[in-house]
Amino acid sequence: MQKLLAWIDDRFPLTKVWEEHLSKYYAPKNFNFWYYFGSLALLILVMQIFTGIFLTMNYKPDTNLAFASVEFIMRDVDWGWLIRYLHSTGASFFFIVVYLHMFRGLLYGSYRNPRELLWLIGVVIYVALMAEAFMGYLLPWGNMSYWGAQVIINLASAIPVVGNGLSEWIRGDFVVSDATLNRFFAFHVIAVPLILVALVFVHIVALHKVGSNNPDGVEIKKKKGPDGIPLDGIPFHPYYTVKDIVGVTVFLIIFCAVVFFAPELKGWFLEADNFVPANVLQTPPDIKPLWYFTPFYSILRANTHAFFGIEAKLWGVIFMGLAIVALFFLPWLDRSPAKSIRYRGWMYKTALTIFVASFLLLGYLGVKKPDDIDFILFKNVYWAQIGTILYFAFFVLMPWYSKYDKTKPVPERVTWK
Amino acid sequence: MSEEGMNPRRRRLLVITSGLGVVGTVFALTPFVKSMLPSARAKAAGAPVEVDISKIEPGQLLTVEWRGQPVWILNRTPAMLKELTEDTSLLADPNSTVTSQQPKYAQNLARSIKPEYLVLVGICTHLGCSPSPRLVAGAASGLGDNWPGGFFCPCHGSKFDLAGRVFKNVPAPINLRVPPYSYLSDTRILIGVDQKEKGAA
Amino acid sequence: MKKILLVFLFAIAPLATFAAEEGPRLDHVNIDLHDKPSLQRGARIFVNYCLSCHSASYMRYNRMGHDLGISDELVKENLLFAANKTGDLMKAVMPSDDAKAWFGVAPPDLSDEARYRGPDWIYTYLRSFYRDPNAISGWNNLVFPHVAMPNVLYEWQGEQRAVFKNENGIEVFERFELDKPGTMSPADYDKAMRDLVNFMVYLAEPAKLVRYQIGVYVLVFLAVFLVFAYLLKKEYWKDVH
Repeated sequence: MQKLLAWIDDRFPLTKVWEEHLSKYYAPKNFNFWYYFGSLALLILVMQIFTGIFLTMNYKPDTNLAFASVEFIMRDVDWGWLIRYLHSTGASFFFIVVYLHMFRGLLYGSYRNPRELLWLIGVVIYVALMAEAFMGYLLPWGNMSYWGAQVIINLASAIPVVGNGLSEWIRGDFVVSDATLNRFFAFHVIAVPLILVALVFVHIVALHKVGSNNPDGVEIKKKKGPDGIPLDGIPFHPYYTVKDIVGVTVFLIIFCAVVFFAPELKGWFLEADNFVPANVLQTPPDIKPLWYFTPFYSILRANTHAFFGIEAKLWGVIFMGLAIVALFFLPWLDRSPAKSIRYRGWMYKTALTIFVASFLLLGYLGVKKPDDIDFILFKNVYWAQIGTILYFAFFVLMPWYSKYDKTKPVPERVTWK
Repeated sequence: MSEEGMNPRRRRLLVITSGLGVVGTVFALTPFVKSMLPSARAKAAGAPVEVDISKIEPGQLLTVEWRGQPVWILNRTPAMLKELTEDTSLLADPNSTVTSQQPKYAQNLARSIKPEYLVLVGICTHLGCSPSPRLVAGAASGLGDNWPGGFFCPCHGSKFDLAGRVFKNVPAPINLRVPPYSYLSDTRILIGVDQKEKGAA
Repeated sequence: MKKILLVFLFAIAPLATFAAEEGPRLDHVNIDLHDKPSLQRGARIFVNYCLSCHSASYMRYNRMGHDLGISDELVKENLLFAANKTGDLMKAVMPSDDAKAWFGVAPPDLSDEARYRGPDWIYTYLRSFYRDPNAISGWNNLVFPHVAMPNVLYEWQGEQRAVFKNENGIEVFERFELDKPGTMSPADYDKAMRDLVNFMVYLAEPAKLVRYQIGVYVLVFLAVFLVFAYLLKKEYWKDVH
């Protein structure tokens, strides 16, 4: 065995990579609950690709055959129903995990120097993931698939001058049609997965270059022992491999509970309207995107007034885009001397709480009709506008409140939870 | 994973957890492997085919499709059946010793359940073309005066007799295949289900 | 952290007060996919009454037979309509083009109807037909106003009339009146419809029969695995603490 390893090592940096990134990669020893979600996201990526491959064995990307092919998978292919549910539930859980993973970054300042590039790559992964999910949802060619795609692609037409041409170019036709379905299939099955895998690889390389952050926001590389190993670091393998296995198992329990007992999750994960084939003559009365898009959908709909000669529809697109673009600026908006929320003052804690509340509120309103009153007192659209303002306030006001917030002294070594 | 000086408890837990992990992985992969087996649609398409043989005239050949392949049902005349017992020196496997090519009940001279009706999969055992019927004995079939009647494959020249038995010195190595079949009545044959073994295939 | 949780709870509290669904109140139906006799009765009703116009084109006869405990022979004798082999898909007898011409709209495929509408909706729908002289077919439906489908099972249910009362200028449904009783009592008709809807829930997702059971095994295995994985983690992390 040793000989085989030596033979390989002479020709391929196997042991070197193993040590650099696993057995001698030193991670902070105080990782907590929030640090499970990176490895879980990687697990789900692998699972989606694996189940996706098996779905592609039987799925047919033709408007006349697509819906039937999904039924075929659910009924005629042995265990096809399980593969389908793993993939559809996996998509929703991917976003749950990714949102929690990003939230960890907000809690502990993981986007701060020297990890700005790591954060930027992560936001690009998030955008790619949204594109992947959007295109994947068209593939079953259910009624919600069709109309959801129709509405969102039409957003591009709000852009002045190039809008209509752009929408047509995306669709490959004047309306969402067979051309659209086929190209979304190509993107969803091969193009974006390749991009995602490449980005995740780059994301991990960037992480390993600077080392992980931790719940105290302390840079462990600043305090090294005589052997050059950070005093607060432990080798990723075996300590975090063995810990992540526990994390994976807990995740799988929750995940499998949904897959086997409630894959539709009352319409949150699999929408009832998608169990009928696409009908170009009839929009579902309760048209809405899947839950992970609803906050941005809310922001889109919250724009109801024209300003400065720009119509409300375009403002909606602009603000929806800005809501994601704002994430890119985070590393430079934050002026606090402390990275982690543990040492920040009341201003940041309040700001983050309001941000999370507004995100959840926007998400909730995204599944409701704008003119109803589902929250308290005001019409939903007013709450959506309030939510939008609060969402952006987190970013826009950050240079100010992060600077003037009273922080606690940041320790030199990590503390135990 | 270095194992030097690992305490026994650690090693034990590692072995158990790894073992469970392997078992779990095998369970998890099984549905995926199974999903690649023929689906219900494939099985339905491959379902047995019922054929009414009452209208086939003596000497006439009927072709039906079963599992995407041509299946011949030939109503052999007494003259045709006589040909079978004559010169078998030209045949490679006159006694149907290659058992993969016919069910047990067709391992006889006529290679069929009832001698009058021959049931064959019409696919040459060389490379898969469908041979042409040359049922008439003698020069009329264009294969020489000594032609006993049978089948001729246009692709590479393989020849088979009126029981589907392959000739010597032709590219095809073995006799034409007799599919599983059974008699539902004197006038109906079910292709795809063995005689005596009734039930959905 | 605690503040965040509090705000989270505050934000989702209104979710508990779900706005009332639009449309008429739906009656709840008790679905039990373990009740094989019920599923078999439902299958029989479906094949005899629904399959003439509606297809269930994603289900095969032999799959239905296998899942419901009906042998291939019995399927052939009693349930095979417009098909020759039990492996065939359950297509409607009436060609869909003709159906569209006669009814104005093609009767939808019912394979996934129970997942689209929900069992309560279908159960209420099947019991909400009422006589309406203004309707083309002579029938209207409280749950699906101006539906093109007539009351196919009127011989069983009888003929009922809808009584509306005027509330602030709006006609509000009050109750049904059974003008002409059918061959079944209302209670028996309800039971038959329950069987039919039970069957349709199965039809929409045959995998439902097995996935709960498999899920239990999976979760038990994972729980056992968790115990050992956790012990292993604790053992290794002794080094760190």
